[in-house]
Amino acid sequence: MIPASFEYHRPGSVDEVVSLLAELGEEGRVLAGGHSLIPMMKLRLAEPAHLIDLTGVEGLRGIAEVEGAIHIGAMTTQAEIIKSDALAERCPILREAAELIADPQVRALGTIGGNAANGDPGNDIPAVMMAVDAAYVLRGSDGERTVAARDFYQGPFETALAVGEFLTAIRIPAPPAGQGQAYCKLKRKVGDYAIAATAVTLAVDGGVCGQAAVALTNVGITPLYAEAASTALVGTAVDAAAVEAAVEAAVAITDPAADLRGPVEYRRHAAGVMTRRAIETALARAKGG
Amino acid sequence: MSETKTETAAEREAALGGIGCDKRRKEDARFIRGQGNYIDDIKLPNMVFGDFVRSPYAHARIKSIDAEKAKAVPGVIAVLTAADLKPLNLHWMPTLAGDTQAVLADEKVHFQNQEVAFVIAEDRYAAADGIQLVDVDYEELPVLIDPKKALEDGAPILREDVKDKDEVGQGPRRHPNHIFNWQSGDKDATDKAFAGAQVTVKEEIFYQRVHPAPIETCGCVASMDAVSGRLTLYGTFQAPHVVRTIVSLIAGLPESKIRVISPDVGGGFGNKVGAYPGYVCAIVGSIVLGRPVKWIESRIDNISTTAFARDYHMTGELAADKDGKITGLRANVLADHGAFNTHAQPMKWPAGFFNIVTGSYDVPTAHVTVDGVYTNKAPGGVSYRCSFRVTEAAYLIERMLDVLAQKIGVDKAEIRLRNFIKPEQFPYNSCLGWEYDSGDYPAALKQAMKAVGYEDLRKEQAEKRARGELMGIGIATFTEIVGAGPSRNCDILGIKMFESCEIRVHPTGSATARLGTKSTGQGHETTYAQIIATEIGIPSDLITVEEGDTDTAPYGLGTYGSRTTPVGAAAAARAGRKIREKAKKIAAHMLEVSENDLEWDVDRFTVKGVPDLSATMKDIAMAAYSNLPEGLEHGLEVVDYYDPPNMTYPFGAYICVVDVNRHTGEISVRSFYALDDCGTRINPMIIEGQVHGGLTEAFGIAMGQEIVYDDMGNVLGASFLDYFMPTAVETPHWETDHTVTPSPHHPLGAKGVGESPNVGGVPAFSNAVVDAFAHLGVTHMPMPHAAWRVWQTCHELGIDK
Ligand SMILES: Cc1cc2nc3c(=O)[nH]c(=O)nc-3n(C[C@H](O)[C@H](O)[C@H](O)COP(=O)(O)OP(=O)(O)OC[C@H]3O[C@@H](n4cnc5c(N)ncnc54)[C@H](O)[C@@H]3O)c2cc1C
Repeated sequence: MIPASFEYHRPGSVDEVVSLLAELGEEGRVLAGGHSLIPMMKLRLAEPAHLIDLTGVEGLRGIAEVEGAIHIGAMTTQAEIIKSDALAERCPILREAAELIADPQVRALGTIGGNAANGDPGNDIPAVMMAVDAAYVLRGSDGERTVAARDFYQGPFETALAVGEFLTAIRIPAPPAGQGQAYCKLKRKVGDYAIAATAVTLAVDGGVCGQAAVALTNVGITPLYAEAASTALVGTAVDAAAVEAAVEAAVAITDPAADLRGPVEYRRHAAGVMTRRAIETALARAKGG
Repeated sequence: MSETKTETAAEREAALGGIGCDKRRKEDARFIRGQGNYIDDIKLPNMVFGDFVRSPYAHARIKSIDAEKAKAVPGVIAVLTAADLKPLNLHWMPTLAGDTQAVLADEKVHFQNQEVAFVIAEDRYAAADGIQLVDVDYEELPVLIDPKKALEDGAPILREDVKDKDEVGQGPRRHPNHIFNWQSGDKDATDKAFAGAQVTVKEEIFYQRVHPAPIETCGCVASMDAVSGRLTLYGTFQAPHVVRTIVSLIAGLPESKIRVISPDVGGGFGNKVGAYPGYVCAIVGSIVLGRPVKWIESRIDNISTTAFARDYHMTGELAADKDGKITGLRANVLADHGAFNTHAQPMKWPAGFFNIVTGSYDVPTAHVTVDGVYTNKAPGGVSYRCSFRVTEAAYLIERMLDVLAQKIGVDKAEIRLRNFIKPEQFPYNSCLGWEYDSGDYPAALKQAMKAVGYEDLRKEQAEKRARGELMGIGIATFTEIVGAGPSRNCDILGIKMFESCEIRVHPTGSATARLGTKSTGQGHETTYAQIIATEIGIPSDLITVEEGDTDTAPYGLGTYGSRTTPVGAAAAARAGRKIREKAKKIAAHMLEVSENDLEWDVDRFTVKGVPDLSATMKDIAMAAYSNLPEGLEHGLEVVDYYDPPNMTYPFGAYICVVDVNRHTGEISVRSFYALDDCGTRINPMIIEGQVHGGLTEAFGIAMGQEIVYDDMGNVLGASFLDYFMPTAVETPHWETDHTVTPSPHHPLGAKGVGESPNVGGVPAFSNAVVDAFAHLGVTHMPMPHAAWRVWQTCHELGIDK
């Protein structure tokens, strides 16, 4: 339970991070809240030679509204996400999901960026970001680029981040009026990763669903954007048949591993139950204003 | 000398803080300030750290071990392997169950994470780096995880070291992977009862492998003083005196040269009774290096290697008449003991007190068979917060009663009332040989039913069932058997299972008591002081209780199996009475009257009929050192060794109500009512705390705890991420209650309570879960009742959509 030895770096600016990453290449690893990385290091499942601590980097923290979009610095902690009333007002699913992550101690240090960039299909934030159609702002020596959350995840701990790049911020387009959001997570106990969880956003206008997005946590090798499930809802009254179709479409793309959370059939079934629950909750919220 | 009485007897009684009061725990002042002194707080000058290279395989031959690279790591001092321990004959050690256990794997590994080499370094970091660089070349062997397969003809032989032995300590063997066969009861009479029965029921009931998982893991610091030849061993020991004896036997040092100290211990629950390779390696390391060696287990090591509990594959059968009156019981058990038989029980009891399996019921005849089996799993088989194998027995009988009730269609409370041992039958001799001391089971169950509104709950359940909802009501009316034990049938390494207490009353009226037990969080410093306060009339605040240092405390067998109150507290009470006897002689001298003219009055002796003429214990204490009658020795000091005449039999009536989500399989515990009868109650608040803790553990066991192995013998989920340790969020609210049926043979009438809630809690939860499905024909569901398992039942029944 003791990590292998490593060099520790504590840059103060984004540019310094970029040049350290360029210099160290594969050997360098950024450290945010440490609540995914350090446990892996203690088990020696991760043995980075260099840790680049982002804690002292200026400009990576905070929540702001920029040109109509919500802008969240990568180093904003999960606890800060929960604390922000403005954010809860604009995009309530973030608080709802963050409250279901781990426990207060972990959330006090764990960051939104670390959760998004980690690449573990068990993380809760990625599916939420897919449902709100967020864009990740990445910085490297070639400058800045953005990648949609829906395109970011490639495999277990494999993401669109190139060597030398890191995540500086997340941008979330302002949710349309009349949108309801919900994140439903089934877990064994507080602090546990999901048996299955589903994030849903949907907007109804005049009783008809104009927008819908469904995304799933921990039921595949990556977080899953359930495109067919999303389109199954659009244009419908989100009635029983539409919900059933969406649930079926969502379950169809799941491919969870059997683990101590349960066998494959259970976890797929649970994904269906959570999807149904999330759609119904989001719908009720959309209708409730 | 004579004193005007300003306080009433009741006021003086209250000032003592003795038996029966809710005294706050003395030890909490340091615990809640973070000022406890646990094993990892102990830092000795020049101390070094040791930790293990562990096997990644469950069964493999060790072809070679190369430690050269590890030794080259800066800070690594030494790497011990079996080859190094062999010349000292310490590569294997005897177990408490008559078997032997590898200290460091000798030619073969028998379970995943088995100790293969011990790396000693200047600090933990260097030790961890060294461990990673020890090269072990393994040749994998076929793995046996299922104890049933282990007994098949031609199964791979696990323990080659004992394959030709007829016995490995605890009875006849019939297969190289078989450890023992143990039977209790009358087979012929039982067969007859079944043959003639109007009704029989049978159920396969598995009590899964779990772990006590105390918050503090195991550890030790061994410090050999080369000059004096004295070894000091600090460690997380529930039984420090026994550890000293074992170390003496293994290491060949006289006990007078060994000092074992258990500092504050952060929970034991059975995990800290036995001896582990870490202790031996730390001792050897310290002897060889002449420096103190510390070994501290990680959480993963703790759950995956030291002392699991349960793992009993049971088959229960009941014979009954058509009204549900039990006429016979059969229990067959396949006991998975893992790689070595290291279970910790009184030595004559290979299956502990499993033959308490007739429970609270008047069963005329029974027969029990237990077969111990080796598998490629970690060794252990301790009593996790229960007396020896009692929780398995209670689980079996409490489940079987429900199965029988369902079969004949009577209510689950009613089946119990029909079968209870009646109050007038006590002392009751069970057909399997136990003499139950006292109890009133019907009164307890009726009080419980009234408290929860049992009839209404059943009505509500019927309404819910009509609507397709699942609600379950679980009852457990268990009997524990605790307080090992009488010297005629309880010993460890031949040492009888007595308990001891020494009391010294000091000149100015305070006292120090030392005992052979060891608190691991139960509050002994408080409760013993209360008992002694009542016995000797000195306020409990002025009584310091010390345990856990073999240099100062009298020999005792330690704390486990709820034996502290039945045995240790009896020694404390009797030591107090011996103090009082001498005090009476001194008082007679002080008051110039005959002893016969004195009567005890809370905190003093008073001359009969002359209430104003008295000598307080405070004054007597000073007189013991200053003003003695002729012929009496100075001082006021005694020791008592108590050999209990019988076990005590605490009991309880628990009722649990659950709702089941048929879509997800999640269970929500709506209410849990626990009535405990532990005889005389020494500190009701501490009892309640013990019940809360034990119920929380029972909840963990019933709802999620399990050490799981895959087919390769990989241990899965040995961390708190997976191993279900309930937090305050999951833990239900506990409602506690009590009746008081004193033990007739215990000096205080007390029985012990710490383990009852674990013993009775598990079947109450499990019965509630199964009861939710009873109307659908379900008679048993495997524990733990994790959501996925419950969902599987819903899915099979087609009710999960
Ligand atoms: C007991 C416990 C329970 C938990 N339960 C949950 C849970 O239920 N749900 C859940 O979602 N999570 C859970 N977590 C994980 C937690 O939320 C982590 O905080 C989070 O996954 C990672 O964020 P971090 O800031 O701690 O990142 P770190 O651990 O520091 O980093 C994680 C990974 O992301 C990389 N990284 C971090 N920041 C950046 C960046 N800005 N740019 C590029 N790469 C970066 C790191 O290099 C590393 O590879 C749990 C953790 C613990 C210890």
